[in-house]
Amino acid sequence: MKSKKNNWLSRAVALLLPLLLLASAAFAQAPAATEPEMADALRANGKIYVVVLVLVIIVTGLLVYLIRLDGKVSRLEREVNS
Amino acid sequence: MKWWKYLTIVLLLYTVVMGFLGHVPRLAILNETERNLYFHVPMWFGMTIILLASVVNSIRYLRNPSTRLDTLAHESAKTGILLGVLGLLTGSLWARYTWGTWWTTDVKLNGAAVTMLIYAAYLVLRGSVSDEQQRARLSAIYNIFAFSAAIPLLFIMPRLAEASLHPGMGGNPGFSKYDLDSGMRLVFYPAVIGWTLLGVWITEVACRFAFVKEKIYEKQEKQLA
Repeated sequence: MKSKKNNWLSRAVALLLPLLLLASAAFAQAPAATEPEMADALRANGKIYVVVLVLVIIVTGLLVYLIRLDGKVSRLEREVNS
Repeated sequence: MKWWKYLTIVLLLYTVVMGFLGHVPRLAILNETERNLYFHVPMWFGMTIILLASVVNSIRYLRNPSTRLDTLAHESAKTGILLGVLGLLTGSLWARYTWGTWWTTDVKLNGAAVTMLIYAAYLVLRGSVSDEQQRARLSAIYNIFAFSAAIPLLFIMPRLAEASLHPGMGGNPGFSKYDLDSGMRLVFYPAVIGWTLLGVWITEVACRFAFVKEKIYEKQEKQLA
């Protein structure tokens, strides 16, 4: 009788223990889950570089435009002053 | 090309690359939008610095009038207004996705909007006077008023306010909580310098163009005479 009861108890513990461990593991992860969401996937799959390249192209294009405009004004200055 | 123009190119490309690849702290609500710090905030820094240059040239004009100083003040003011408008637009967009509204009656937002209206009136004033000397003198005097109104509106009143959504209320500098992050500072300061220099560059080209135009008109007048 006694051994049977023990058996039942140990079975219950054996069944509950993994659940308890899982619960504590989940609890430990809880702060990580509430961390502010960032674009981690965008970084992980490397698509962020697409955004960076697009912006580099746009900024370069605008700067080239400004440099050429600057050059044209310089040429005008030389013409007028000569 | 002058050395600071190369610096502008380097700093702007650095801002765009590191602005997206650099490390930023994980903040709630802001999330990745805090990277706007490298683009929205430098607009206002650049605007303030260029408007300061504008008012300095206006004061110089009043002490010693010349078309050159008037042009410098006018072109600087125009670039400053452009940067301010870009600041308002980007701020409004940012507010929509972090505060949930395009506009709110926040002391910093309203101060910025009133500043832009005051400077819009500077352009209106210039456009409504046809006599060149009168226009230059009137707008120089108005520019002093505009700048002296802009500084309290942008930098003093928001700090005195008890409640504001915008960073910078209650006596704190606008970005103190990001300032603590050394990683962001490494991008933010170069971004401010880079965007400001871009504004200076645009102003420089616009001024030189105006000077050349002036010179051509002078030559034409001489030929006619």
